[in-house]
Amino acid sequence: MTHFNEMFESDQVRSPYAGLQAWMNGMPAALRVQKQAEAEALFRRIGITFAVYGEGGDPDRLIPFDMFPRVFTHSEWGKLERGIKQRAKALNAFLTDVYGRGEIIRAGRIPANLVYQNEAYERAVAGFVPPKGVYSHIVGIDIVRTGPTDFFVLEDNCRTPSGVSYMLESREMMMRMFPDLFRENRIAPVDGYHEALRRTLMSVAPQKCQGDPTVVILTPGHFNSAYYEHSFLADLMGVELVEGADLFVDGEYVYMRTTEGPKRVDVIYRRIDDAFLDPLCFRPDSMLGVPGLMDVYRSGGVSICSAPGAGVADDKAVYTYVPEMIRFYLGEEPILQNVPTWKCAGTDDLKYVLENLPELVVKEVHGSGGYGMLVGPKSTKDEIETFRHKILKDPSNYIAQPTLSLSTTPTFVEEGVAPRHVDLRPYCLVGERIELVPGGLTRVALREGSLVVNSSQGGGVKDTWVLAE
Amino acid sequence: MLLLIDHLTRYRYDVPVRGVVQSHRLTPSLHDGQEVIDWQIEVSGGVMGGSFRDGAGDVVQGWSVKGPVREIEVRVRGRVATNDTAGVLRGHRESVAVEAYLRETQLTELAGGLATLARLAEGAENRLAACHLLSSAVSEAVAYTPGATQMHTTAAEALEEGEGVCQDHAHILCAVARANGVPARYVSGYLLAEGAAHQAAHAWAELFVPGLGWVGFDPANECCPDARYVRLGSGLDAREAAPIRGSARSTGAETLDVTVAVLATQQ
Repeated sequence: MTHFNEMFESDQVRSPYAGLQAWMNGMPAALRVQKQAEAEALFRRIGITFAVYGEGGDPDRLIPFDMFPRVFTHSEWGKLERGIKQRAKALNAFLTDVYGRGEIIRAGRIPANLVYQNEAYERAVAGFVPPKGVYSHIVGIDIVRTGPTDFFVLEDNCRTPSGVSYMLESREMMMRMFPDLFRENRIAPVDGYHEALRRTLMSVAPQKCQGDPTVVILTPGHFNSAYYEHSFLADLMGVELVEGADLFVDGEYVYMRTTEGPKRVDVIYRRIDDAFLDPLCFRPDSMLGVPGLMDVYRSGGVSICSAPGAGVADDKAVYTYVPEMIRFYLGEEPILQNVPTWKCAGTDDLKYVLENLPELVVKEVHGSGGYGMLVGPKSTKDEIETFRHKILKDPSNYIAQPTLSLSTTPTFVEEGVAPRHVDLRPYCLVGERIELVPGGLTRVALREGSLVVNSSQGGGVKDTWVLAE
Repeated sequence: MLLLIDHLTRYRYDVPVRGVVQSHRLTPSLHDGQEVIDWQIEVSGGVMGGSFRDGAGDVVQGWSVKGPVREIEVRVRGRVATNDTAGVLRGHRESVAVEAYLRETQLTELAGGLATLARLAEGAENRLAACHLLSSAVSEAVAYTPGATQMHTTAAEALEEGEGVCQDHAHILCAVARANGVPARYVSGYLLAEGAAHQAAHAWAELFVPGLGWVGFDPANECCPDARYVRLGSGLDAREAAPIRGSARSTGAETLDVTVAVLATQQ
């Protein structure tokens, strides 16, 4: 299989990377090793060592940072930006709809059971419309590239996608270590992200909020693998980082305990799952949440971001219908394509999947983090047969996709510079407006030939550049 | 029929608690079978929180009590005029899609003998007949025995036991109905039970029958809800439909004391 190399096209350097060739050639091995060590020491010192959302693995393990930036031209990004914003808008329209009248289901465009029997569908918020009609305020969309103009969406993350601190820290790191690069190239800044995030959160303050909304980040605590990111974002935005026990419900509002007494909270950017938010509404054994929070939320006393129930839009089985959502709600054609997907729940699809396992990637519908999946072309006969039995046991739990020929970018490896496969997760903010900072998290599969970019499976991160016009 | 209800719940804490937050489904539903004449909810030392009607049509009301307190009383009193609609829930405003009631929960998981019991509905003439068949089957399979089960007993466990209370009957009926593709929900409320005071706080199930809508079935009393019933709220199981869900910030133990009286009065 041939792969699109984002820097070299038959020995010619593609224009976005022109500014990096001299830099690459002018870097002797010794300097490279020294810089790499410097970067790692910096990452360690600031403590950025967590795993990307839901990936599990050792929470204290450092995710490798690759210094070779990944670059998009202004016009490449323009197309991505339009596609991402379109998708974020459609996903939110879908959520408003399925917690309201369910028009898309009545119209027969999405099967009812896929939505209403979905584990992530929260009956408790049906009929409730969150402020500005926004359910997913931070939409992380995982995108892969297979050619000069070919981009595919792998999955959507509508709950609390993490990793944005890597986007910000990677840039910080590069600017510190290679300031010349940023003078010689016109790179769009990403440091407006935290301001945009704060603006977004404040714009969805609840109905009963008076004056400037008070925003907090609700974390499950320091043992959580993304705790670093929670405290990092709270610092940048200048808002309090709280745990469930720091908040309490009194009457119609939620308050946080402070040294100056209770302070009313208007917007909660929560980084805990729905099930743990409120023991009076969801899991009664949850110690992480705030008792009574959902009653305050549903009566307009506080906003919760993302809104409880947002997860039903990013389910892997619902994913296949996102292009349909774009057509249905926006009356537009999707700018970014989905990866063709076979649903093993259907008999024809199942037959095709079982006949073509060596060529396909098979995933669990509810899985994440690159676990529980089969990459056909990279698996042994035994592994494929074992997986065949798993699929047959519970077909509806699996979907399959063709093995995509992920693009590569130059990456620093032992021997020098070599192509490695990458993906991209931009973070789209949805409040009163839809905003997208020019950049995202580029993950790179550091093992030669590997297509799995997850940090738990040997993935690293890179700085992502968008060139100014 | 005019029903007079007096429902007192008393929480006692062996160590004073720093605060209590509760979420109530204690207001009778709005539907053709019942009309509230007057209704009063008091929480000792309580501050009313947010209130709203949820997608299922239930009135949910939050309460909070600032500590320290050793005891909290929730007292509900009122009069409801009822009439018999043969179990059919008419004129009830709600917006949740009925398919959302096909989901099982931990308490209503289709396990043990439930699948076998569910198969009794096969070959029923129509949906309504199937619902009646299932409801009778549940009455037969589980004898009414107070104390045989607990709050956390699952439908499968109660069936295995062969004994239980109205909560278990309703859970089992929900589980076997869903297994047949019939949307089902757990309903909590009050019942005028002549000579059986312990049944006054009651629970039953509602099953969805196309053409009729939601229809109540009470396997514990082998009937459909009539003018003796007052409906409060619903959920996928007893936990979701609980009239009171609460949480106390405390380290000690809690003792719960509930008395419910339902009387029929002259109009």
